[in-house]
Amino acid sequence: MKKLLIAIIPLGVFIGLIVLLAINMSTHTEELPSPLIGKPVPAFEHPTLYSNKNLSQDDFKGQPWLLNVFGSWCPSCQVEHPLVTQLALTTDVKVVGLNWKDEPENATQWLQRWGNPYDEILVDYEGDTAINLGVYGAPETFLIDAKGTIVHKITGVLTPEIIEQELLPLIEKIVP
Amino acid sequence: MTPTRKKRLILVMMVAVGVAIATAIFLTAVRENINYFKTPTEVATGQYNSNSTIRLGGMVKDGSVQRVTDSLKVRFAVTDFEQDVLVEYEGILPDLFREGQGVVTIGKMGQEDVFIAEEVLAKHDENYMPPEAADALHQAKNKGDFE
Amino acid sequence: MLASVGQFLLILSLVTATVLTILPITGYFKNHEALMRTGRPLAYLLFVLTLATFLILVFLFVMQDFSVTYVWQHSSLTLPLRYRITATWGAHEGSVLMWVTVQALWIAAVARYSKSLSLSQISRVLSVLGIIATGFLAFVLFASNPFEITNPAPMDGRDLNPLLQDFGMIIHPPLLYFGYVGLSVAFALSVAALIGGQIDEKWIRWSRRWTNLAWAFLTIGIILGSWWAYYELGWGGWWFWDPVENASFLPWLAGTALIHVQAVSERKNAFRGWTVLLAIIAFSLCVLGTFLVRSGSITSVHSFAADPFRGIFILVLLGLYAGGALTLYALRVNQLKSTDAINLNSKETLLLANSLIFITATFTILIGTLFPMIFEALGKKISVGAPYFGLMFFLIMIPMAVLLPLGVQLKWHKDSMMPAIKALIPHFGIAAVLTIGAYFLFDGLNLRATAGVFGGFWIASTTVAQLIQFPGKMNASFVGMSVAHLGVAVFLFSMSMTEHKDVEKDILMKPGQTSQVAGYDFNFKGVSVVEIENYRAQQGTILVSKNGAKVVELHPQKRFYPKQQQPMTEADIYPGLTKDIYVSLGEQINEQGDWAVRIYIKPFIRWMWFGGLMMLAGAVIALFSQRSKRLEQRQVDEVMKNRLELS
Repeated sequence: MKKLLIAIIPLGVFIGLIVLLAINMSTHTEELPSPLIGKPVPAFEHPTLYSNKNLSQDDFKGQPWLLNVFGSWCPSCQVEHPLVTQLALTTDVKVVGLNWKDEPENATQWLQRWGNPYDEILVDYEGDTAINLGVYGAPETFLIDAKGTIVHKITGVLTPEIIEQELLPLIEKIVP
Repeated sequence: MTPTRKKRLILVMMVAVGVAIATAIFLTAVRENINYFKTPTEVATGQYNSNSTIRLGGMVKDGSVQRVTDSLKVRFAVTDFEQDVLVEYEGILPDLFREGQGVVTIGKMGQEDVFIAEEVLAKHDENYMPPEAADALHQAKNKGDFE
Repeated sequence: MLASVGQFLLILSLVTATVLTILPITGYFKNHEALMRTGRPLAYLLFVLTLATFLILVFLFVMQDFSVTYVWQHSSLTLPLRYRITATWGAHEGSVLMWVTVQALWIAAVARYSKSLSLSQISRVLSVLGIIATGFLAFVLFASNPFEITNPAPMDGRDLNPLLQDFGMIIHPPLLYFGYVGLSVAFALSVAALIGGQIDEKWIRWSRRWTNLAWAFLTIGIILGSWWAYYELGWGGWWFWDPVENASFLPWLAGTALIHVQAVSERKNAFRGWTVLLAIIAFSLCVLGTFLVRSGSITSVHSFAADPFRGIFILVLLGLYAGGALTLYALRVNQLKSTDAINLNSKETLLLANSLIFITATFTILIGTLFPMIFEALGKKISVGAPYFGLMFFLIMIPMAVLLPLGVQLKWHKDSMMPAIKALIPHFGIAAVLTIGAYFLFDGLNLRATAGVFGGFWIASTTVAQLIQFPGKMNASFVGMSVAHLGVAVFLFSMSMTEHKDVEKDILMKPGQTSQVAGYDFNFKGVSVVEIENYRAQQGTILVSKNGAKVVELHPQKRFYPKQQQPMTEADIYPGLTKDIYVSLGEQINEQGDWAVRIYIKPFIRWMWFGGLMMLAGAVIALFSQRSKRLEQRQVDEVMKNRLELS
């Protein structure tokens, strides 16, 4: 009996540990599903960078669009920037930037350096729309259909896999 | 009872007592040092134990940071966009403490609904939010309808 | 281009490791000598391949090849050369590659320095090490490939995290890896022994040296980590009981238990199963630590970016290695029968007690570290505060400190308690007197500090006496042990002083203002801006004086790294024999140039790391112990045993 215990106890404790870790792996998530999906884009009105307009959510109706939250202060935005550029060039969606809590001159500099793929850039200096959109941190990307409904949200940096597996199929669906 | 059996019995009892004491110490130590994580909503609606240290996580509300003149005392509101909790802290704030960014404060609820923080942790880089802070925002959002 | 060569070499390494896993052990089972002989050359080949892979990555950093994603993410045109080299292991991918390279180095070393093992033994050991290398190489290749390409190549990189642009960070991780990986040798030996169903003294003696060496590396790695956290994080703490720190401390504790038990099992046929189990536990804790640090399961200041796939990968490796080894243990442990009886009044008993104390400490800290996970599984978020760890560790170390001198005093095999205790009683008095002296010298100590200081004096006094009175010729293993134990004493004393007699003050300082802290005057002369290499800093000037005499002028910085848009606090420290004066800048409070300034006085903090270095030195000295002398010792032991049986 004693011998059996000595042999079995370490293994038992270890199996318990592995089970705990496995449970934790599956429940512990830092992924944040957005309650906004399926709902209309919150109302906004922002000045734009470059084009000197004041745009609201209604100005984008009639065509699917991608809202990319970025800031010149955000290093990860640089990371995904080439992918955003690629999306703007290769797909039929309009790519709109939401310049979040950024000084316009910093943003222009940043865009000069890394290139400007955006059709329009909304300047959200106060961060109001970002709050209404429930943005946790830049970068975040929202896919919005022609009626102005949020179809999908990506928290964090875009990757080729996310684009391939999540965005492109959805884009195909909503592009007429 | 033979002497050997008696000796063995005493040994077993001593071990049992030792294990019991150790377990008691362990449980007390754990109980006293577990800090529950609370969201601003939970704190604002009184779902906490006022005697124990808790971790309050959320966003530093924009425009809420106020410094008491000529001291290291700061007050700011931590929010999950549902409810705000006023936090008071005396000391040096972390490098990455900023308005509109995630934060975790550790302390106790004090008088007049002000949370007295002993420690303030901010996220470690631009893209990282303390998971607890993210969680608080997440919970608040799931509850409330978004306008 | 070069990156593809790296990728190719990585694949070759994986293939080699797989072959190393399969061939020698197949040879062992089939009793095929030629197959068994393949182990050594394959081990050397594996090392050459992984080293070449690693050097290619270093070279890509030096050449600033931003087409490689990993280089681009962690380097930049303005990063100084020395940090470009060290950036190689600054983040996840490169650090795992370094881990594998170090693993291959240990395997090659085992292949080279194992003349005393029979071919059947070494073939099993190498195959087990091969499995470990295979797993981690697969992890590099499939879950964290540093050679991935970004197309088109960016013009400039994103720079290295400023916290990692520092000397301590350059050498701290490699040394820790040397330690972690070194424990895999003891693990491999245990598994190989379980496969064969037997283990002898010679084998344990061989493995003990490797364990000693690995333990020495772990010790220095942990000391450097603590030192780095102290001066670089700007908070003045030296140990935070942070999950990642715990991850490195757990294998150290289990390793400490292991080397003490090996001292018994290398001499006589006892505690065989326990030795094998401890070796398995120690290495499994290394892999568990890797999991905790790299899976994102635990919130910590220095975990790597979270990636569930990597987490699952390491979890599978952990399940495979530890699970496999423990299953084997469950099946075979009763074959490793210990035949020698153990007398209660002997050094052996005390060494067993030591290992039990250290394993208890290991589990207490493990539970504290995992507790948040258990609660999370129940849907609650908690954290376990540092006081839990501090208190539990303190309590568990009391019996350790009390019994340590007794364990050294008692003789092997059979002794009697009373004379040994009597010999130690005077030292109890000496320690008590010294503690009372310290109590008044340092204006009172609290209970825990008093206990710690007493423990330090108690161990120091007895260890010195035992060293002086050592009968016969001194041998390296005894000297090594004594030095390590003196290190424990120094550590206990200084840690108690640092923890309980330090002064910490956050002060709002106006330019020109003088504040007094612990008898020192701190005159704040304001802050100016300086530009250095790849950062800009606001640099404060603080003149420290005592009774009007200048002590030192300190220049703490608040650095700003434009590439990463990240501020960083760089403390300035005046190191002293009996205390450190530590100053760091908080933030600017207003337009008049008032700053929040943090001032610490840390008594004896350097001694603490010095104590750690002494433990390390002890382990290294013990490596030089002559094997022939040990064999002699064994013969003497044998004679003693026969005599006992006769009487």
